[in-house]
Amino acid sequence: MWQGFPIRPDQASTIARGVDHLYYFLIAIDLFFTAVIFLTIFYFALRYRRRSQKEQPPQIEGNIPLELVWTAIPLGLVVIVFLWGTSLFIRNSRPPAAAMEIFVVGKQWMWKLQHPEGVEEINALHVPVNRPVKLTMTSEDVIHDFSVPAFRIKKDVVPGMYTTLWFEATKTGKFHLFCDQYCGTNHSLMRGEVTVMEPTEYEQWLSGGIRGESMAQAGAKLYDQLACITCHGTGKGPPLVGVYGKPVKLSDGSMVVADDAYLRESVLYPSAKIVAGYPPVMPTFKGQVTEEQLLQLIAYIKSLSPEEGKARK
Amino acid sequence: MATAAVGPETRVHYLNVDYGIKSWLLTTDHKRIAVLYLVSITLFFFVGGAAAALMRLNLIEPNGALVEPATYNKLFSIHGIIMVFFFMIPSIPAVLGNFLVPMMIGARDLAFPRLNLLSWYIFMAGGALCMYAVIAGGVDTGWTFYTPLSTTYLNSNVMSAALGVFVAGFSSILTGLNFVVTIHKMRAPGMTWFRMPLFLWAMYATSIIQILGTPVLAITLALVGLERLFHVGIFDPAVGGDPILFQHLFWFYSHPAVYIMILPSMGVISELVTCFAKKRIFGYSFVAFSSVAIAAISFLVWGHHMFVSGQSIYAGIIFSALSFAVAIPSAIKVFNWTATLYKGSISYQAPMLYALGFIGLFTMGGLTGLFLATLAVDTHVHDTYFVVGHFHYIMVGGAVMGYLGGIHYWWPKITGRLYPDGWARLAAAIIFIGFNLTFFPQYMLGYLGMPRRYAVYPPEFQVLNVMSSAGASILGVGYLIPLVYMLWSLRYGPVAGPNPWGAKGLEWLTPSPPPTENFEKTPVVTEEAYAYGAKEGAVG
Ligand code: HEC
Ligand SMILES: [Cu+2]
Ligand SMILES: [Cu+2]
Repeated sequence: MWQGFPIRPDQASTIARGVDHLYYFLIAIDLFFTAVIFLTIFYFALRYRRRSQKEQPPQIEGNIPLELVWTAIPLGLVVIVFLWGTSLFIRNSRPPAAAMEIFVVGKQWMWKLQHPEGVEEINALHVPVNRPVKLTMTSEDVIHDFSVPAFRIKKDVVPGMYTTLWFEATKTGKFHLFCDQYCGTNHSLMRGEVTVMEPTEYEQWLSGGIRGESMAQAGAKLYDQLACITCHGTGKGPPLVGVYGKPVKLSDGSMVVADDAYLRESVLYPSAKIVAGYPPVMPTFKGQVTEEQLLQLIAYIKSLSPEEGKARK
Repeated sequence: MATAAVGPETRVHYLNVDYGIKSWLLTTDHKRIAVLYLVSITLFFFVGGAAAALMRLNLIEPNGALVEPATYNKLFSIHGIIMVFFFMIPSIPAVLGNFLVPMMIGARDLAFPRLNLLSWYIFMAGGALCMYAVIAGGVDTGWTFYTPLSTTYLNSNVMSAALGVFVAGFSSILTGLNFVVTIHKMRAPGMTWFRMPLFLWAMYATSIIQILGTPVLAITLALVGLERLFHVGIFDPAVGGDPILFQHLFWFYSHPAVYIMILPSMGVISELVTCFAKKRIFGYSFVAFSSVAIAAISFLVWGHHMFVSGQSIYAGIIFSALSFAVAIPSAIKVFNWTATLYKGSISYQAPMLYALGFIGLFTMGGLTGLFLATLAVDTHVHDTYFVVGHFHYIMVGGAVMGYLGGIHYWWPKITGRLYPDGWARLAAAIIFIGFNLTFFPQYMLGYLGMPRRYAVYPPEFQVLNVMSSAGASILGVGYLIPLVYMLWSLRYGPVAGPNPWGAKGLEWLTPSPPPTENFEKTPVVTEEAYAYGAKEGAVG
């Protein structure tokens, strides 16, 4: 559209078109009301301009039916926009079950990305076209924001928690990746590029990049090094096999689902939630593992849950 | 000032009762305090404006034409902090509100004149702390002070800037308190609530927000200080805090703060439109109650700043719905102002041009707010230039236009002099055009994906950035012209007389500039506001 003077970014994801349509609808509303107000003012301004100082214009108190009309019309329109925008948002927030996973760690001022196969990238993300991708993101320091305008997606990347984002690219090519949340000196340099490739090219790229082990393998090594083994698997701690994605009963009687955020918390703040039937003896590993290693540990624990581990394929 | 007495009548008024510097610094006259604020915030405005000029200059080139990113970050932080806390928030309330609230209700002064003077000193102390932060090397938090960036990672003058904003907040609270009490207790006989000019309704609603909201900001900034100094874990997850909590607290104040900035302007517009159309306001009670509705709903929409922050989807949905709700009372106001023109006797002196400019720009700014309230669209444009465009349309196109309109309208009352109307109309036109050229391209940049607070950017955004910067230079000229002719008018302007616009309202019944005690005897109000149909002098 308008090659030399674009009014929107590339539509390169499954959701881009839907967002643009709503945007155009909003522009239509905007133009309509702007035109109504401007033209009315211009008309009144000319028609009723003061011709003599002595003029005594008729005094009008107001008009209740008119007030109701111009309350109801905008109200009706915003209800439509609200419902439309919300349903699109809900749809755009839910990653499909079969999405491939990629892990993002933001830090001042770079993006570090890991593919489960073990390939790591900095300020670049390679993905296959026509395949849903789910990003699990966290930050090592301040809040960043992962934004790819061509996909119409954006989410803050917050230290201390995981946020997720998903997309399915529909177009091969290179697209901007921006940090959209002000994060200090080189915020505007915290940029990267998303490369969308044909699936076969992607497989090639991936195999070319694998230097050593997959994320789960790296996690298994850490699991060894950090001696998690001394408790988990010996009975001193709960078995971690099969725990991912399952409900866990806590000592206070409540239940939680063992998702990424829960596993992260279990390693960093073991005393925050105690598994029922176990003493709170697990030490914290805060400060001993980086965010990336944490993601690897989680990938390993995930791989111990056979059916969950298969999500990748 | 010395010539102020060389009018057709040589009489004593609030400006010439005393010329000593002490008579200004120790005054408890609400009118003199208004002038003190006027001078101070004008200074702040040009400091903030200079920072903006440097920013726009830098953005002419994708790699930054002027400064390093570190410096650019300081520029936008200073611009935001000064413009929001030291210009916009005090602008209409502290200058026009101070001057007019007592006059419009027929009172001698505010309820607590000495508290009023104290507010100004507190404000200046806050301003001095912020200026110290600037001079000592700057601050680069942005006006939003997001954590844990501000508490743990930045080593600029965060403490003094935050302290400055913290201190200035108390001035805002005290002014609000003063207005609320004054409006409740000191109305002249006959001045019932529904005879009050709409400017007073707007001031009242604004004061309520100032009183209820500002303490939350103060607490938030105090916590930032605590975490920064003593590493208490409040917001930084590295020490056990929650960074999202900061955003909730900050926006709980800072969204309503948007209405601290725009509601007073809306009040001014109601005065201007009625006066220059010689009409009573169309739908008085709708306009009045929409101010109250806006003030109330404004406390319930803060989460729309956090749709992509990681807050839950359901919170997002609720905040989206409430944000749409706040659009309705704003729309009602615009329609009623427009309808007020119907069958009026409309003249186009400078204040009216500012008022019409306000209505146009506020309409465009308000409508683009709908884009941001829409979850799916906000996900794309959040934290981009679309947002920058939107809030400048509201706060500069809207609030500053209203402020300038008000200053032009009441200038003859404040100073006793008229400025050259031709120049003033020219300035209004230049500001309107320059404003649109500056900020319209920013909407387009935003949808294309350009993030805000970027010192350097990909080259494809250059054309629109250059357009915006070019517009900004026009806008800058537009803001300088009034400074010149206003100063000129102090000495050479024709004497205004008590009521140069043929306006209604108690403030126009007393001479210009008014005597220290405002009215020789307390006026008695016998008719409604904007009784433009009634015979002259029926009030009194
Ligand atoms: C000193 C023994 C000990 C060590 C070492 C230890 N843990 Fe634990 N872990 C426990 C105990 C006991 C529990 C259950 C009580 C609780 O929740 O704190 C637990 C709970 C957990 C849970 C929650 C399990 C569930 O079923 O909900 C996870 C996940 C976990 N540990 C991971 C690890 C990892 C990863 C390591 C190595 C980095 C590790 N642990 C090292 C003792 C230990
Ligand atoms: Cu950033
Ligand atoms: Cu807001």
